[in-house]
Amino acid sequence: MRYLLVEDNERLARAIVTRLTLDGHAIDHAPDLETARDCIAGTSYDLILLDIMLPDGDGRGFLEEQRRKEGTTPVIVLTARSEVSDRVGMLDLGADDYITKPFDFSELEARCRAVLRRQGGAARNEKSYRGVVLDSLAGTLTIGRRRERLRNRELRLCEVFFAAPGRIFSKPHLMDRLFSFSEEVSENAIEVYVGRLRKKLEGSGVRIETVRGLGYRLVGEK
Amino acid sequence: MRLACLATALMAIAATLAGAAHAFETEEERRFPAARPGSELRVISTADTAVFTPIILAFQAENPEVAVTYVTASSRELMKALYEEGAQFDLAISSAMDLQTKLANDGLVRNYSSEATARLPAWARWRNQVFAFTQEPAVLVLSKSAFADLPVPTTREELIRLLRDNPERFYGRIGTYDVRRSGLGYLFATQDSRNTESYWRLTEIMGRLGARLYCCSSDMISDVSSGRLALAYNVLGSYAEAQLHENENILIVEPGDYLNVMLRTALIPNTARNIEAAGKMIDFLLSLGTRPELTRKTGLPPVDPSVFDRNNAFRPIRLGPGLLVFLDRMRRETFLRSWVSSIEQ
Amino acid sequence: MSTVAASGSIRRRLTLQLAAIAVLLSVAFFLIVRGVAEQAAGQTQDQILAASATSIADALRSEKGQVQLELPYSALSMLGSVSEDRVFYRVAIAGRTLTGYDDLPLPALPEATGEPVFATFDYRGEPVRSVTLSRNVSIGERPVEAVISVAQTRLFLGAIRARTSTIAAAVGLAFFAVAVSLSLWAAHSALRPLERLALSVTRRGPKDLRPLRAETPAELVPLVAALNNFMERLRASLARSEDFIAEAAHRVRTPLATLRTQAEIAYRRVERPENRAALKEMILAIDESSRSAGQLLDHAMVTFRTDHLETEQLDLGELACDTRNRLEPTAELKDIGLELELPDAPALFEGDPILLENALRNIVDNAIKYSPPDSLVRIALHICGGDYVIGVCDEGRGFGTGDLRRMTRRFSRGTNVEDIVGSGLGLTIADEVARAHGGRLELARNKGGKGACVSLVLPRP
Repeated sequence: MRYLLVEDNERLARAIVTRLTLDGHAIDHAPDLETARDCIAGTSYDLILLDIMLPDGDGRGFLEEQRRKEGTTPVIVLTARSEVSDRVGMLDLGADDYITKPFDFSELEARCRAVLRRQGGAARNEKSYRGVVLDSLAGTLTIGRRRERLRNRELRLCEVFFAAPGRIFSKPHLMDRLFSFSEEVSENAIEVYVGRLRKKLEGSGVRIETVRGLGYRLVGEK
Repeated sequence: MRLACLATALMAIAATLAGAAHAFETEEERRFPAARPGSELRVISTADTAVFTPIILAFQAENPEVAVTYVTASSRELMKALYEEGAQFDLAISSAMDLQTKLANDGLVRNYSSEATARLPAWARWRNQVFAFTQEPAVLVLSKSAFADLPVPTTREELIRLLRDNPERFYGRIGTYDVRRSGLGYLFATQDSRNTESYWRLTEIMGRLGARLYCCSSDMISDVSSGRLALAYNVLGSYAEAQLHENENILIVEPGDYLNVMLRTALIPNTARNIEAAGKMIDFLLSLGTRPELTRKTGLPPVDPSVFDRNNAFRPIRLGPGLLVFLDRMRRETFLRSWVSSIEQ
Repeated sequence: MSTVAASGSIRRRLTLQLAAIAVLLSVAFFLIVRGVAEQAAGQTQDQILAASATSIADALRSEKGQVQLELPYSALSMLGSVSEDRVFYRVAIAGRTLTGYDDLPLPALPEATGEPVFATFDYRGEPVRSVTLSRNVSIGERPVEAVISVAQTRLFLGAIRARTSTIAAAVGLAFFAVAVSLSLWAAHSALRPLERLALSVTRRGPKDLRPLRAETPAELVPLVAALNNFMERLRASLARSEDFIAEAAHRVRTPLATLRTQAEIAYRRVERPENRAALKEMILAIDESSRSAGQLLDHAMVTFRTDHLETEQLDLGELACDTRNRLEPTAELKDIGLELELPDAPALFEGDPILLENALRNIVDNAIKYSPPDSLVRIALHICGGDYVIGVCDEGRGFGTGDLRRMTRRFSRGTNVEDIVGSGLGLTIADEVARAHGGRLELARNKGGKGACVSLVLPRP
């Protein structure tokens, strides 16, 4: 996915860019509205993350401007204000969603997915491995003619494996992707979700292999 | 009143008999005892007892606890009693409006007011002190036999012409008040002198024709009815009316130019003791208009403003300070001097 | 609403003062009218007395060496024409009474002016007004002074006084009544702009700090100017503090966001479990502090807004739907389903949408927070008698064994939630919002013992 981050705080911006890259996203950073406009003019983005307090103007103005130009790129506002006072204004001005700083990246990811899904998949995000197609937005696995619905955590797990088939992912790594920090879960919880996924992949020619002592990997059947 | 002149003659005797009790001279005193024990009302009046008796009896019928002592006197003596001697009376009734007015003006009269007095027309009362209860015009009384072939005069001018044209027929046969003796005569004469220029000419002609002078209306009326007089001038109409059905020979003429109307008045002197009964009597007198049988018995015409509306010649003598003018000593002297020189030729 | 102790009322003061003026004017009017009437009556009497005395003087003549007087009828009758007053007169020649009342006092006359002299004194038990004038009469060749005095009691004057007093008093009272009602009206109309002003200020919403533009009488211009000035300063001050809070939040939250992001990155990169545990603790601490700060701000905002509700017509179903949509991504993270059950007809309600949304979000957020993964949170809007009930039920651990009523108190949390980040303000906020709308928050243990039910109960219009 291709993000545009409009954020004037250099440190935060760097951190967000690094963090989203870790999950395999492409991300451009604009420190002000001027640069943001240039970026939008030159590239097509799946999503814009917009800070509303910027050195050369209020993010609200930018939002209005985008909506006037009938730009369809969804916008998630990053706000540092109280939810009560800003919420209505933001949504009225055309933001698709908002998230308050500091935020949990899994929540950000969930909101992005929700926003994109709501928008109707202008940019379909599909990955395939050996004839098995994973549609992140729709949350489905297509195996030949069969279509399997994935629950959220199954989907996220799937995404991890489909991003790098053959690569071994350790249990802690998978847990990081699946559970929020506030959830107190044991490593065994992963086995539950892996088990579910295996069931859904049965007969597809693709399976999740346990690599003893190291973790799991997605492999094709010989 | 017929007795009045006799009484006048007897006055000296009566006064002597009455002793030193009072210096003023009364004519008659009569007591009407009360049916029930109560108070006494002392009335001094110029009207004859006989005339007033029906009124007093009717009053007592309504107020049985009031005994009435009715004293008659001439208007002059009445004035003397109240003005000079402070005699004790509860009510003073007089035809001498001028003297009644003077009593009130000089502060010898009590105020009185009631529903009945409030109903009186303004000209029939003065100061809530003097109340008129009769209205009696001064008329001309003729002998029918004397005027058999003569036109009946309807105004004073016609009368003057008649007398001037027929001196032989009227010589010695004209009667009028001796204004020196009669208060009422003086009142009528002075009002005449005020009302018309012809009064003095009339007086002169009457004097030339040897007019006979009288003290009282009743005497004049009886002399006319007997034929001794052809005409009497300024006679109280009420008395004449009373004689009318007894005597065929009398003709009453109400002059068309004007008629002096005397108001018989009642007042409560300061010396009154029985003020309550006096007030009741005044109210009773003012109610005579509603008692025709009393009017018939007494011949006293009650106050009735409608009479003045019907006959423009009727002029009530005005109560008030104007009446004091002719009581002025000098004015009286002057008037009497003129009158005497006109009448005695 | 704060109460202001009133020190007196302008209306009452104005009315009283105007009424007092009316009283003074009425009394003055009464006295003047009576005085003028009495004076006029007195002058009339004096003129008639003088005319009477003059007509008597004119009637004086000398005859045969003696002064003669034929008292004119009109001299006394004219006095009787106006009133029924008693009349006295006296004519004296060289000090000797010629005619009239011997005892009528003759005031000393000034030398040869011929002007009548008026006097008032008691005579025969009553006060009288007298006029005295002198006239020279010639007897032969010798002139003698005749003094003429005419007196009259003052009954007439008393009657006039009584009558004019009555009329003047009646008119004065009427004037007073009219003046008082007019002054009431005047006070009312004078204060109307003030009432209008007060009303226009009262009617304003809590955020309406625009200057007053109503038509203002000149006297109120300083007040309105001061008020506008004050509101401008208040507006500036509020804007400043709003800006300050926003700025402060921004300044604090942005570095926190950086910190958290970096911590997450680091967490991803480190392998050793003890380091990961430390970083996780750090992230949880950051979450807790930012959440607390956020809820404190929310709570402050809710408290402020519940004092001045900005109500509008809204559909509670739509509100619940919005809330569900907003929180769905959060729920999904834990594979928690958010079920919404709405009646067919819109549930119309007069309320503050921001507050109600906040309250409901807090309730649902709570439910998600305390729900296990792969569970269900049900949001259901029912009409229950005269109330709307928005129930939020989860399959979580419930409220434990604590007192349910205590849960809505500030910073109060359940007895079994030590492991979950939360400030304990969520239900407090929801409760306050419900109360501000005349409703209440009901807490219940889910039927069957598992989970909790929180209901936002609002009265139907």
